[in-house]
Amino acid sequence: MSALPLSPARRPVPGVFVALGLTLAIGWLVVAIDGGQLFNQSTTVSLLHVAAGLGFVAVGQTLVILGGSLDLSVAYVVSLSTLVAAETMNGSNAALLPAIGLTLLVSAGIGLFNGLLVTTGQINPFIATLGVGLLLKGYLDSRYDGPAGSTAPALVQTLGYQRVGPVPLSFLLLLAVAGACWFLLSRTRFGHHLIAVGGDPEVARLSGVRNDRVRVTAHVLCSLCAGLAGIYLASRLGSGAPRVGTEGLYDLESIAAVVIGGTALAGGRGGVVGTVGGVLLLAGIDAIFNQLAVDAFAKQVVRGVIIIAAVAVYARRALRKADR
Amino acid sequence: MKRCLAAVAAVTLLTLAGCATDTPVATPSSTESAPAGAGTGEQSKFFDQTDYDNELALLDATATGPADKPWEQALNPTLVDTTKFKKAGPYKICFSNAALNNPWRQVGYKTMQAEVAAQGDRIKEFVHVEAEGKDQKQIADINDLLGKDCDALIVSPNTTATLTPAVEAACQTGLPVIVFDRGVDTDCPVTFINPIGGYGFGHVGAEFVSQRMKPGGKLLALRILPGVDVLETRWSAAKVAFDKAGVDVVGVEFTDGDPAKTKKIVDDYLQRYGTIDGVWMDAGAVAVAAVEAFQDAGKPVPPINGEDQLDFLKVWKEAGLTAIAPTYPTYQWRTPIIAALRILDGQQVSSPWKLPQPTITQENLDSYLDADMPPLHYAMCGCTDLPGYPQRWK
Amino acid sequence: MTTQTVSRRLAPLRRWNSGGILPILAVLVVLLVLVAARQPDFLSPPSLMSFLGRSAPIILLAAGQYFVIVSGEFDLSVGSLVTAQVVVAARLIDSDPSRTWPVVLVLLAGGALVGLVNGLITTRLRVPSFVTTLGMFLILVGAVYLWSDGAPKGGLTDQFRQLGRRAVEDVPVFGRLPYALLVLLVLAVAAVLLMRSDFGRTLVAVGDNPRTAQLSGVRVWRTRTIAFVLSGLAAAVAAILIGGYGGVSFQAGAGLEFGAITAVVLGGVALGGGRGSVVGAMLGALTLELLFALMNFYGVSGALRPSVQGAIILLAVAVSARRFSSR
Repeated sequence: MSALPLSPARRPVPGVFVALGLTLAIGWLVVAIDGGQLFNQSTTVSLLHVAAGLGFVAVGQTLVILGGSLDLSVAYVVSLSTLVAAETMNGSNAALLPAIGLTLLVSAGIGLFNGLLVTTGQINPFIATLGVGLLLKGYLDSRYDGPAGSTAPALVQTLGYQRVGPVPLSFLLLLAVAGACWFLLSRTRFGHHLIAVGGDPEVARLSGVRNDRVRVTAHVLCSLCAGLAGIYLASRLGSGAPRVGTEGLYDLESIAAVVIGGTALAGGRGGVVGTVGGVLLLAGIDAIFNQLAVDAFAKQVVRGVIIIAAVAVYARRALRKADR
Repeated sequence: MKRCLAAVAAVTLLTLAGCATDTPVATPSSTESAPAGAGTGEQSKFFDQTDYDNELALLDATATGPADKPWEQALNPTLVDTTKFKKAGPYKICFSNAALNNPWRQVGYKTMQAEVAAQGDRIKEFVHVEAEGKDQKQIADINDLLGKDCDALIVSPNTTATLTPAVEAACQTGLPVIVFDRGVDTDCPVTFINPIGGYGFGHVGAEFVSQRMKPGGKLLALRILPGVDVLETRWSAAKVAFDKAGVDVVGVEFTDGDPAKTKKIVDDYLQRYGTIDGVWMDAGAVAVAAVEAFQDAGKPVPPINGEDQLDFLKVWKEAGLTAIAPTYPTYQWRTPIIAALRILDGQQVSSPWKLPQPTITQENLDSYLDADMPPLHYAMCGCTDLPGYPQRWK
Repeated sequence: MTTQTVSRRLAPLRRWNSGGILPILAVLVVLLVLVAARQPDFLSPPSLMSFLGRSAPIILLAAGQYFVIVSGEFDLSVGSLVTAQVVVAARLIDSDPSRTWPVVLVLLAGGALVGLVNGLITTRLRVPSFVTTLGMFLILVGAVYLWSDGAPKGGLTDQFRQLGRRAVEDVPVFGRLPYALLVLLVLAVAAVLLMRSDFGRTLVAVGDNPRTAQLSGVRVWRTRTIAFVLSGLAAAVAAILIGGYGGVSFQAGAGLEFGAITAVVLGGVALGGGRGSVVGAMLGALTLELLFALMNFYGVSGALRPSVQGAIILLAVAVSARRFSSR
């Protein structure tokens, strides 16, 4: 066990939180000069809601990336989950729990399939999950021509719109999920194994880790998180939406949030805490640009620059550490 | 082992390709074409006979309002009282926009900005937030705008069903809410502004093409994306028209709005069937590419419909096409601003506010062609009298 | 963490790697047989030539992507680069024939520049290429929308468009030879020659094991940067052909990066570098295009199409993976 790399819990606070603090401070100032208010209640609530949706997906994505894999099918899993949830509930509170169960089961099944393709099928995760994404896209495209189903009112009123002060319930749930993943990664054997597999699969195998099983589990957990995002979105939207995942760009944005949060795309280094920071940073930029009413296209450019810059900074740090 | 798997692969390939030809997918909502002669398959579950009948009736209705300003006209108006919203100006007007990600929305938004500029003395601030085509973001955007002391809220929803709760929440704050383009599933907004709609659009194009093509001829339907409500209504109306006219719809394909993909599809269909006698499209974005595919293959361009984008109108004129352009006019982006000011004045407005939806035909084609505007500009913008024309739209 | 390990991790299972083009040839033959069964005249020379002509851009993109992938990196920015180039071309040319050729040069230079920036950020700043080119993707899309105010402006001239759209007509035997096909043939030969040169061997060596390459005196960063420049140039040529074929649109390059990567993998090239041939990559692209045509001929429902495509890709890749792990 001692040969395995340090768990993410023992690493210092990821730099993304410094960037987040700076961004929000500068944003607050600029918005204030513009005559606005960045941190009023409604803006904060909006920001945290946007963060929650992306957050679930990104936390799951962190797990697969840590394990040296990748999931490009999450956007479609999110869309499918909103539909499974909303159609099963069909507006009735009584069907709430079975619907949530079925949704998680379906998404876990997709994760299992992804995992098996990557491990047993020996298909590169990029291609495997891209292919599974296409399979799901075809199903969604041919089966649905618009929103369908109806989310149980109880879920809409709680997960969808309930909040504690300025903090939506969904964001608290995200924190809970992220906390659970943090615990999983830093305090359990699975977590250590996952990081070992992502760090160096050969070494991990030699030290007795069952690489395939660990990777499959990571894929299942990732899809479960995407399923959770789907349930949350169904509660937000009031129905299932066949395009919500792709329109939200959850595949690429979740990967962006993960790498901004300091997790190495190579696997084996990073953690969910940074990812939550990355998600908040992306949502914060959204909020600031909203307040300033700047074109979304300009925001796109800024996002691109931030993603590259953030990772360049991490790379530099890692290099300096290696020099010492 | 190797050989066995290769055989399995080949069989699977064959099965995949094979089964796709014989069995139309047995889902209630499927919109794909069935084999030749079997009509266009089942109707979409979103098809609403009452709405369809209403829209078709509206196509022949006479509008009330100034004749030279279709954006202020209303078809069969039902006026509602708005005195409770009366307020002294100048106003702060907020707008939650679904997206700006295509030329139609760009032209529309520029038209709206110009309308705001034209009403400059009455509007002290115009706040615009764009949701980038994300339902989730638009819900958050609307919630965010509610904390900004707006005098009126304009919403152009990204998706009808999913934005309904957010719009309802906005109504509950007592703010006058104006919805346009796509609707919401609630009556709470003061008014809902849109042209006749997708059934009208789809019907006009389909009826023209099916009348002009040879009886029983082969028609190719080119659609942009599946699952987009406004486009689904266009297709479902077209289906009705094609089934009624006994047109053989040989293919319904999605182009993603990509001209190169469109040309490949048309090319392959031309090869497969020898001739295609009619083309129907649910939006004009790739109409020019479809026309070019026929031209490049050395075949006559069959009766076709496009939209009011200038590149299509130009090709239509130059190549002497048998064509029609139903429109979903971008001038509807002016109306919400006008409506907001009327509501804040306490004047009556029509609810719903149905705008006329003109069609460009061979007869009036010349009046819409403007060689000086960019190729993807929409002729039906109703923007020539607005400040900054034409530079703002170039 | 260095970039090479990233791409290596994205290819955690390298056993199935192979440079062989036999599997992709087999898939191609199967598809050809299926097409011929349904649509025999597809194989007549003029129609086949037109098909090859219209497939030229994606084949070139696959070749460009191959250089990057075989050196152990990724280029996700090519699709957005194509879109940007087409929109930029229309605005710069603005329907003025005299500007056609200068603008073509500008596009090639622009493609090379974007590739250079991608390469330098990846190699010198040690940002994983997946992230570099994802960032570049966002930047290019955002910038081109900003610059054109959300709707393409100007117009392409007939001179510009003829490369992608027209053909040399009445050629004996072939019937017609699209210009795009001629461009493709020239560049494909150049790519094959390049891979046989010292540079080609260095490129594969860098992808196979950067450390060993470095120790044997190869400047890894320079080799990889050149690979990115080649990918950028390929995207520029593809943009010229696609703009010619289809005209101006924001959708011109949408999704092409995934198409190109899929094609390369289908062609037996290992993500992670060091294995596979440029011919395989180009055949992979041809196979994908043939698959799309096949679906048109067989009338696979428009909406269900992605599923069929996904299934066939997974199957083809899984079969080739199996093939090489079982020996």
